[in-house]
Amino acid sequence: MSTKLLTVSSSPHIHQNQGVSSIMWGVVIAMIPAFAVSVYNFGVGAVYVTALSVAFCIMFEYLIVKYLLKKTPTIMDGSAAITGVLLAFNVPSNLPWWIILIGALVAIGIGKLSFGGLGNNPFNPALVGRVFLLISFPVQMTSWPKAGESLLAIDGETGATPLGLLKDGLKNGDSVSQLMGEIPSHLDFFFGLQGGSTGEISALALLLGLGYMLYKKIITWHIPFTIFGTVLAISTVFWMVNPEQFADPIFHLLTGGLMLGAIFMATDYVTSPMTAKGMIIYAIGIGFITMMIRFFGSYPEGISFAILIMNAFVPLLNKYVKPARFGKEVKNG
Amino acid sequence: MFRLFDSLKTFPKGGVHPPENKFSAGAAIEELPLPKMVHIPISQHIGAPSEPVVERGEAVKVGQIIAKSAGFVSANIHSSVSGKVAKIQNMIDSSGFVRTVISVRVKGDDWEESIDRSPDLVKEISIEAKDIIQKTLDNGIVGLGGAAFPSHVKLSVPRGKKAEYLILNGVECEPYLTADHRLMLEKADEIMVGAQILMKALDVTKCIVGIENNKLDAIEVMSQKAKDYEGISVQALKVQYPQGGEKQLIKAVINREVPSGGLPIDVGAVVHNVGTTYAVYQAVQKNKPLLERVVTLTGKSVSKPSNFMVRIGTPISELIEAAGGLPEDTGKIISGGPMMGKALTSTDIPVAKATSGVLIIPENESRRGVVEACIRCSKCVGVCPMGLEPYLLMTQGEKAMFEESENDRVMDCIECGSCVYECPSNRPLLDWIRLSKVKVNTIRKERAKN
Repeated sequence: MSTKLLTVSSSPHIHQNQGVSSIMWGVVIAMIPAFAVSVYNFGVGAVYVTALSVAFCIMFEYLIVKYLLKKTPTIMDGSAAITGVLLAFNVPSNLPWWIILIGALVAIGIGKLSFGGLGNNPFNPALVGRVFLLISFPVQMTSWPKAGESLLAIDGETGATPLGLLKDGLKNGDSVSQLMGEIPSHLDFFFGLQGGSTGEISALALLLGLGYMLYKKIITWHIPFTIFGTVLAISTVFWMVNPEQFADPIFHLLTGGLMLGAIFMATDYVTSPMTAKGMIIYAIGIGFITMMIRFFGSYPEGISFAILIMNAFVPLLNKYVKPARFGKEVKNG
Repeated sequence: MFRLFDSLKTFPKGGVHPPENKFSAGAAIEELPLPKMVHIPISQHIGAPSEPVVERGEAVKVGQIIAKSAGFVSANIHSSVSGKVAKIQNMIDSSGFVRTVISVRVKGDDWEESIDRSPDLVKEISIEAKDIIQKTLDNGIVGLGGAAFPSHVKLSVPRGKKAEYLILNGVECEPYLTADHRLMLEKADEIMVGAQILMKALDVTKCIVGIENNKLDAIEVMSQKAKDYEGISVQALKVQYPQGGEKQLIKAVINREVPSGGLPIDVGAVVHNVGTTYAVYQAVQKNKPLLERVVTLTGKSVSKPSNFMVRIGTPISELIEAAGGLPEDTGKIISGGPMMGKALTSTDIPVAKATSGVLIIPENESRRGVVEACIRCSKCVGVCPMGLEPYLLMTQGEKAMFEESENDRVMDCIECGSCVYECPSNRPLLDWIRLSKVKVNTIRKERAKN
């Protein structure tokens, strides 16, 4: 008779070793290229905003979970850090510290913990924070430092984003071809030599992050590529109908927060659908609403609103869009 | 060799690919020395336990029937050794339940005369289909892949149904296990004749052997042999767990989906494991009951990972000794593979017909991870080969929403464990799903009564 005490549990007895925190930190790693470009473009402002935002988010997560919810805080799982980075990526790099503090409080306190914390929030916390700030502090939230001109200064010269220039210009009766003269080239957008929120400016850097997350199997292709495809399809149709009123599809793909939103925010596990089919419907919705806001809305950019609106449909999608089951059902008995 | 790579079929949806760790793949099958005592469970198969027909003190021979099949879905049990029946007692078996075993004290190695023990290959199949089924029943043949379904039941095609394909399961998709792999290398001819026997019993002309591509030598040997036997071909398959599951294997090999709640025969297929096929050969051509099987004894710290030919009823401790003893760091002992095997409570538990392997897991890998909140990553949905939503089924189980679970097809779950393997939050998805399956089963029985 063996005297050794054996562990007895039910199958399976092996596990892949990727836990929640390794996935979360994987997402943080995927955001490094975008962060690097933002530091290159906006200098210390980018570091300042990102560091503050992450610190505030982790702080609020800790304080609220420990003293209000009276549970054990799990700040090292990386999810609060992701919210912090994403919030910073979505605001101008010259945003005052107290606005960031409010944004972090709204993101973590209202966006995440008021619903029960990780896994239970219906809306992307960083976007809840961002949209709250956009509505509450419209001036500060839409005064972007110009890329490359404020390397060491926090209070540099400010300017509009390409989408803002386009929207204002069209309102004043200018045509797209006139406005394109004042806007950087598509290649500049691709590398990130443009104004905008801290982390959204370089399509290349964001795509590198996407590649990393796909390679590490953190996310699947469904959401980002369906958003890209939908945006391309809709903007192509409008552009072909009237190229003087609507900018070209590549412009729409590369500008604004589209890449950032499609790659890092629409793909948020907690607030996106559970099935591949659901993800595709959700992503088409995001692409569509984004383009409608860009074309016809009063804001120049729409992906934040689009994601939040589609977040609201996720419970419905989960309920009614089921995966393809194996084998037809036969009634027996 | 190139042809092996040109069409790697697999099942299309879900699945995982854990590290293979097939340490014992190069170890030829060794005859395990006779133990002093065997404990032969009377329930080694799905269905009714068989009824003992021997008494305490009675002398038995190798191959003598000691417990009789008690119903259609049941199987005969034979003594695997010669000696005296020491006790008919209760013991914990590999499923963790207390079951009746017939303990035989070993004396000599005296076989029933009717058994042909010569190594000669008997190719000629001289009996009729219905006699083949009778022989599998008489000789206690059950599926050796793990579920231990009595083989004569699978061979008795229901009225109105027609088998078109015999599919041999040589997939062995569980990590670590190599029993079927070695058997295909060492007993390929016998398996081929066994396949011919099964084809005759089922009245089919096509037999496809599915083997995963991590066993290139077995694919090569089996393909070579198959040339000499009519209607048999080998299909190399992409390595993907749980391809050894009957439904996944049928989908991979002939691209047909067994309906939910249905059986392979509904799509014209009958699947038998290669080990079972070998046992059928021995039963029909050699008159030999199922009294021994190949068992892999392996693990990361095992000094001599091995494949043993083991008499049924041999305590697992004997296998462990033969493979170099129990490693210092042992934390868990599994009967079967790491994905679907059962954790054992002691090393006294005997080898049964369905024991494909014994896996020794080191202490540092034997505990489950800390359960964290579901982050809704949907990986469990992505890996489910049956197209289910494990996260949802778990929630329904926790909230006792069994009607909803039934509608979301909880009964389709094949318990492969891919969802739990993949879950980054270490959630006990399958534990709750198993509970729901039991509850739904009860609800269904109640419904049938009313």
